[in-house]
Amino acid sequence: MVALPGVDPSWSTYIDVPSTSGADRPGTSHRWHYLDNGADLADSTVRGTLLCVHGNPTWSYLWRTYLAAGRAAGWRVVAVDQLDMGYSERTGVFRRLADRITDLEDFAAAVGLTGPVVTVGHDWGGVVSLGYADRNREDLAGVVLTNTAIHQDADRRIPAPLRLALAPGVHGLGTRTTSAFLDVTLALARPALAPDVRRAFRDPYRTAADRQGIAHFVSDIPADPSHPSYPALTATAEGIRSLDVPVLMMWGPHDPIFSDPYLEDLARRLPRADVHRFEHAGHLVQEDADTASTALQWLAERSVGHPEPRADVPPRDDAPYVPLGRRLTDLAAGPDAARTAVAEMKPSGPPRTLSWRELDDDVAAVAAGLTALGYGPGSRVSLLVPPGVDLTVLIYACLRIGAVIVVADAGLGARGLSRAVKGSAPDVVIGIERALVAARAFGWPGRRISAAPLSPARRRALRVEASLNDLRAARPARSAVEAPAADADAAILFTSGSTGPAKGVVYTHRQLSAMRDAVAATLGLGEGASLVAGFAPFALLGPALGATSVTPAMDVTAPRTLTAQALSDAADAIDATVVFASPTALRNVLATAGALTDAGRTALGRISLLLSAGAPIPVPLLEAVQDLVPSAALHTPYGMTESLLVADIDLTGIRRASADARDGLDGAGGGVCVGLPVHGARVAVSPLDDDGAATGEATTAPGRTGEILVDAPHVKDRYFRLWRTQRESARTPPWHRTGDVGHFDAEGRLWVEGRLGHIITAASGVLTPVALEQSLETLDGVRLAALVGVGPAGTQAVVAVLETDAAGRRPALADAPLTEAARAAALRHGVGLAAVVAVPALPVDIRHNAKIDRTRIAQWCSRFLSGARAGSL
Amino acid sequence: MTVLVTGASGMLGRAVAEHLVASGEEVRCLQRRPSSVSGAQDVLGSITDPDAVASAVQDCRAVIHLAAKVSFTGASAEFDRTNIDGTRILLDAAHAAGVTDVVHVSSPSVAHAGSSLVGAPAGRADPAHARGDYARTKAAAELLALGRSTPAFRVAAVRPHIVWGPGDTQLVERVIERARHGRLPLLDGGTALIDTTYVDNAASAIVACLRRMHAAQGRALVVTNGEPRPIAELLGGICRAGGVEPPAWSVPGALARGAGSVIERAWLRLGRTDEPPMTRFLAEQLSTAHWFDQRDTRSVLDWRPSVSVDEGLERLAAYYR
Repeated sequence: MVALPGVDPSWSTYIDVPSTSGADRPGTSHRWHYLDNGADLADSTVRGTLLCVHGNPTWSYLWRTYLAAGRAAGWRVVAVDQLDMGYSERTGVFRRLADRITDLEDFAAAVGLTGPVVTVGHDWGGVVSLGYADRNREDLAGVVLTNTAIHQDADRRIPAPLRLALAPGVHGLGTRTTSAFLDVTLALARPALAPDVRRAFRDPYRTAADRQGIAHFVSDIPADPSHPSYPALTATAEGIRSLDVPVLMMWGPHDPIFSDPYLEDLARRLPRADVHRFEHAGHLVQEDADTASTALQWLAERSVGHPEPRADVPPRDDAPYVPLGRRLTDLAAGPDAARTAVAEMKPSGPPRTLSWRELDDDVAAVAAGLTALGYGPGSRVSLLVPPGVDLTVLIYACLRIGAVIVVADAGLGARGLSRAVKGSAPDVVIGIERALVAARAFGWPGRRISAAPLSPARRRALRVEASLNDLRAARPARSAVEAPAADADAAILFTSGSTGPAKGVVYTHRQLSAMRDAVAATLGLGEGASLVAGFAPFALLGPALGATSVTPAMDVTAPRTLTAQALSDAADAIDATVVFASPTALRNVLATAGALTDAGRTALGRISLLLSAGAPIPVPLLEAVQDLVPSAALHTPYGMTESLLVADIDLTGIRRASADARDGLDGAGGGVCVGLPVHGARVAVSPLDDDGAATGEATTAPGRTGEILVDAPHVKDRYFRLWRTQRESARTPPWHRTGDVGHFDAEGRLWVEGRLGHIITAASGVLTPVALEQSLETLDGVRLAALVGVGPAGTQAVVAVLETDAAGRRPALADAPLTEAARAAALRHGVGLAAVVAVPALPVDIRHNAKIDRTRIAQWCSRFLSGARAGSL
Repeated sequence: MTVLVTGASGMLGRAVAEHLVASGEEVRCLQRRPSSVSGAQDVLGSITDPDAVASAVQDCRAVIHLAAKVSFTGASAEFDRTNIDGTRILLDAAHAAGVTDVVHVSSPSVAHAGSSLVGAPAGRADPAHARGDYARTKAAAELLALGRSTPAFRVAAVRPHIVWGPGDTQLVERVIERARHGRLPLLDGGTALIDTTYVDNAASAIVACLRRMHAAQGRALVVTNGEPRPIAELLGGICRAGGVEPPAWSVPGALARGAGSVIERAWLRLGRTDEPPMTRFLAEQLSTAHWFDQRDTRSVLDWRPSVSVDEGLERLAAYYR
């Protein structure tokens, strides 16, 4: 073997192994090659052995990072070259799946694995390793799978690239005669492999004879039940259902072969498995992402191997659980059954309304319809329906039967939304026509139900099985539906994606109920309240709170289309006293306030509470809103998808906080004040160290800046199929680490200073962006400011990037007067600016139009300020 | 005991000598022209004259070596003679005379090959890849000097980056002169960040090094103001201080670098001794970021710059008024 990047030459080992495979004549031995870090470890401290099995057409080189990481963590790692592959013997015999599982058993017995065994597999090596795991459970302590598959649905064709590779005339030419199959596979790496790594992967497959194993592997793919390897595959696929060891699946979703449906199939066979999808990675996930350290972190977290497992953290003791839909059923059965529960404003004509009785009936009907179609506990239902009566009914129907609702909003943009839906692997997509068109265009998984009735032709074209009305009309005999367990999954809500790809956030029924209670207690909302629901997801809590809710007439996929008149019409329709609206919607309400009728003004005058969340709202905007709703307390709670409510403050409170900051109250100032922790929530910060990492013990001491931590019964359960991300966010129990940075003042109020990822580490110290940005935004002509660092961590240069009225079409250094003013403002914060850049527009998130993408700005700045071609911002 | 300063007729050398005098040291200056540093003893002579150097270093405890040929152009042999041979002659003489501490003043360009530097560490001097004769010979001299360092004969290298201030002929006067004649373009809009060193800061860092030889011995330390700025802003500041209009036109950096190479070769072929209007080195300096990580320098020297860029520009403006 040549010297290979990332491989310690001492790992490379050969062994002669007697074969017990039926493919060989009795008495045959084969020479195997494998990588083994065992010699690096003292036997007494070894936690166990990772048995790594590559697929086709790679070899043990794929696992080199596991050998290095295993050495550091006390795991022996044995990465085998399967026979006819890598540097192992070319046996001259066609080895099928059953043979390969036996081969692996022969090999493992000959090598002698130390302690508990964890099988690790990739591609077809995943199948072989699962076959081994299924049949060798005595020492089995865990299973790790990466981009593989164990089952081919009979009604689903195998992936097109494999069909091609198997096609007569293509197969031998593509896999053996030429290195096309090998080259194509290696080209799947994202980003591309370094030339020396690529050479290493190719090294054992230089001649056609070397590649015989590649060709055999491809033709051993059991595409249908008549294939000779189908029984072996099926035996394993069914056998693993009873595996009782921890399982980790790490996936690169950009895989033309082992795409998400195969992950979904495995996740259903192994429902307790931990899953992490590396959003940007592809088939060669080991090359694209740091799977080795994730796997070792997981082994430690799941207490796999020696030493023995430790005790689990005891569960929290929360308030008694009352299902989210309980108040709805109670009201429907009580004296107020005929009162309006939900209303939906129409662009013209009267609103659509349902009483509590009608709402409960409709929820029951739709729930029964869903059950009749086969959906029930654990089914994932992707809801792409705008807020309104239908969405409310669907949500409460799903919750009633234990189906998990998946909610991603159009604010993610078409690609982000598509990525989110695909990643959540829904069983069914229920959507408006536009969503179903996207479902077809992007190839979303799952069956289809349309929100509105469609013509037969349209239904066929969009593969729609039923409409919402069909579900209602089915009216099957009401079977007693068992209430879902409190700790079962209830919802997957997607983050806004303003900080990387949108993440699915899983809530259990208990946590959703806790959210309702937090909203009720913090805002004093309950039965008898009536609210304008212009802002998901708070808006969906109306029926849970027992409050009457109305959705205004607007294009909810574009919150900026809410007009002042539409808002007041909605308020008027139910005599609303509460308004939920997004900051973007409020801006448009203000912009259209001039056209408001007198009746409209009167309706808005009755509002006593207005809530707006999702992005920081500047005080001048709030003050303008106050003029429109003069009797209302204006609340701007702080939260995130993972914990919708963390802290709350109103305009009066904001003014008081600013005054306290001016008066020099300890910790007041230096960020956006978001108020006191909400009912049921504990909030603290984990102070930053000199490198800007949040490593400190949780504290609420005034003036200490750190990552904001929250602990509340309404915090998310976990991230969906992001095991590593979840582990990071929950690494200091009981806290959820928000990724935001802030501090407390002496009154216990929280001040938010920005994102952890946006911290600047200058030579003079660690710096958070928000406080100085606020000062810069008060300068003449500056609309929006971003503060970023360029250069190496610890000695970054601080740069102010200003969106100005006067900026030309292209970014440029700010003119001398603005530069001087910005520098002076920064010096008052003790910050020396390296450069001041003026730009026509700063990149902000799609959903709120307010969250600045500082990461992107910093990357652009480091090009702009180094003399490199900067491109557009 | 006396401190010898070589090259005290230059802006930085004079500042160093004055700094030492002010702090109560006996100071002797060696250079070809009178240094005009009051309170210091002047010895006239060339750094390449072993006899002159040997007598200058007599009875000295320490040497600060600044004498060098600094230019963008010239014959290679002249650079070799002054910068490499001169350093060797000085080190030999100092060692023979029982000097214990030598601060060798060098340049960040000894370690860098023209690519952009962003928060960069000092790096090892590399004559083979340095750009131009000045950087090449200074790199060789620094390796030579640090190679001689022992606990008994301590040598440290200080590399101030782009020193400027009132009376500076290398940068300030050239910038003002070119701008006055409309011959100072910005390259790529002048957005690249560069570190510079106000002369008083460079001088105080060099003197600080003499105090901190136990920590600095054998090491090379880049010294700057630690205030990277876009080059357009610095040039603009210098021009305004000098009472001329800042440059308002920009040419592509790649074009200027290419043109610099051509002009440089033409100047050599024509045997011209005046400064060419553009050289490749200058174009690189004007179009790529070069700023440094100062944390290590500041902790080793236990030193902070005392004059900010803005304050320096005000002093420059006062000088030209």
